[in-house]
Amino acid sequence: MDKETKKVLFEPLVDNNPITLQVLGVCSALAVTSQMSTSLIMALALTSVTACSSAAISAVREHIPSSIRIIVQMIIIASLVIVVDQLLKAFAFDVSKKLSVFVGLIITNCIVMGRAEAYAMKNPPLQSFVDGIGNGLGYSLILVIVALFRETLGSGKLLGFDVLPLVKDGGWYVPNGMMLLPPSAFFIIGLIIWGFRTWKPKQVEHNEFKIMSIAHGEGGHH
Amino acid sequence: MLNAEKKTCKYNEQLCKYYEQFRVYADRILALSNDSLEKTVNVALALCLVCAVLVSIATVALRPLQGYNKALDMKKNILDVAGLLEEGTDIDQAFAERIESKIVDLRTGDYVDNINVDEYDQRKAAKDPAQNELIPVEKDIASIRQKAKYTKVFLVKNGDQLQSIILPINGYGLWSTMYGFLALEADAQTVQSINLYDQGETPGLGGEVVNPNWRALWKGKKVYSDKGEVALTLVKGGVDSSRPDSVYKVDGLAGATLTSRGVSNLIQYWMGTEGFATYLNKIRKNG
Repeated sequence: MDKETKKVLFEPLVDNNPITLQVLGVCSALAVTSQMSTSLIMALALTSVTACSSAAISAVREHIPSSIRIIVQMIIIASLVIVVDQLLKAFAFDVSKKLSVFVGLIITNCIVMGRAEAYAMKNPPLQSFVDGIGNGLGYSLILVIVALFRETLGSGKLLGFDVLPLVKDGGWYVPNGMMLLPPSAFFIIGLIIWGFRTWKPKQVEHNEFKIMSIAHGEGGHH
Repeated sequence: MLNAEKKTCKYNEQLCKYYEQFRVYADRILALSNDSLEKTVNVALALCLVCAVLVSIATVALRPLQGYNKALDMKKNILDVAGLLEEGTDIDQAFAERIESKIVDLRTGDYVDNINVDEYDQRKAAKDPAQNELIPVEKDIASIRQKAKYTKVFLVKNGDQLQSIILPINGYGLWSTMYGFLALEADAQTVQSINLYDQGETPGLGGEVVNPNWRALWKGKKVYSDKGEVALTLVKGGVDSSRPDSVYKVDGLAGATLTSRGVSNLIQYWMGTEGFATYLNKIRKNG
């Protein structure tokens, strides 16, 4: 693997993470992370869709009229998602039952379109494919971390195995019900972003404007 | 490559001509500027065609497998509520051997023979104006608005002896309509098990309706009081087993008041006269 490919593949893990830095795809990160198993399947489905759609879009990028390019991208992505959904229903029925509507919602996942527009439109198919895999992995990493906290703290289990013995089963742990509700993912993602930006201060955005302090402001002195 | 083309030409002169024309046309289009109207229209059409073919092939080719999966899943749910599902059970075989499917007319409580049980899709029928019945608001305890006139029931037999009766039930919880089966023993009164296999309640709270520990609480509970009314209901704060009416009470789900209420309501509805009461009465009389 040459240096460039490595960069495209691994940069989205931490340095250019689609969720924590690009802040894309947060919606599905809230929805599917209450269980590790659904998170893993979602991560796998999203990674394959992003990679394949980026490669497909990149292959025809020279001939996409700019006036309809977003629609063209959407059609390619939507077709791929429908095919993935059909395959899941045929070969992994239990999983498709668990993911229900979320597979269809990959179509609207900002990461897929974001990468198509930002990368695949300008780069050759193979690199675009790798870029899709890389961003899919970045998304997966965050999903797994969030699910790790939500499932263990929320239901005392991980992938169905008991991790923290619950009080109702004779253990000591009282599950935190909030962890099972979507807002908890906001807090966890927020904490992860805080962690990443403390570790890599380069990721901190500059203020677009300065917040005025009241002492020097114009209000309040009338 | 060139040889192969010539070969097809030999056999299929006309097709080859079309192909050649198509190639000339495609080359001309591809050479156009990306922003010209002609190219835009052509690219859009070609893309739609390719994607439509791809999606159609996937859907049509995989449909039989998906249909089989769905049917198998339903059989699994029925075997599960009947207590016949064990690790490694051959679902198709066990279902064929132990379970008899029948269709019941809810109003009369009699079996209907002129409908093919295997092809009857009750959920579809409930939505089809020709086969369903709207439920008046004041009677619609389970908030389902409509139901099929005919409903499937499943009988588990041991030889000639009726062992249990499995009834499909549904009702609204907090977020979703829950679909499930209730298995009663041959006395049409004692609960054997409940399986709410399709629901979209909050995972970990209302979603715990699928928890085996909670489902086990239902075993042995009674549905009808001495007066013949539906008495089975979910309660808050645990069931005091020393009280005489504890046999009609199931401990509700912690942190899921509305889902618990939904389950109580759907039992109330489906076990009542609007639901299976007439049918179950007949079973009891006929012994």
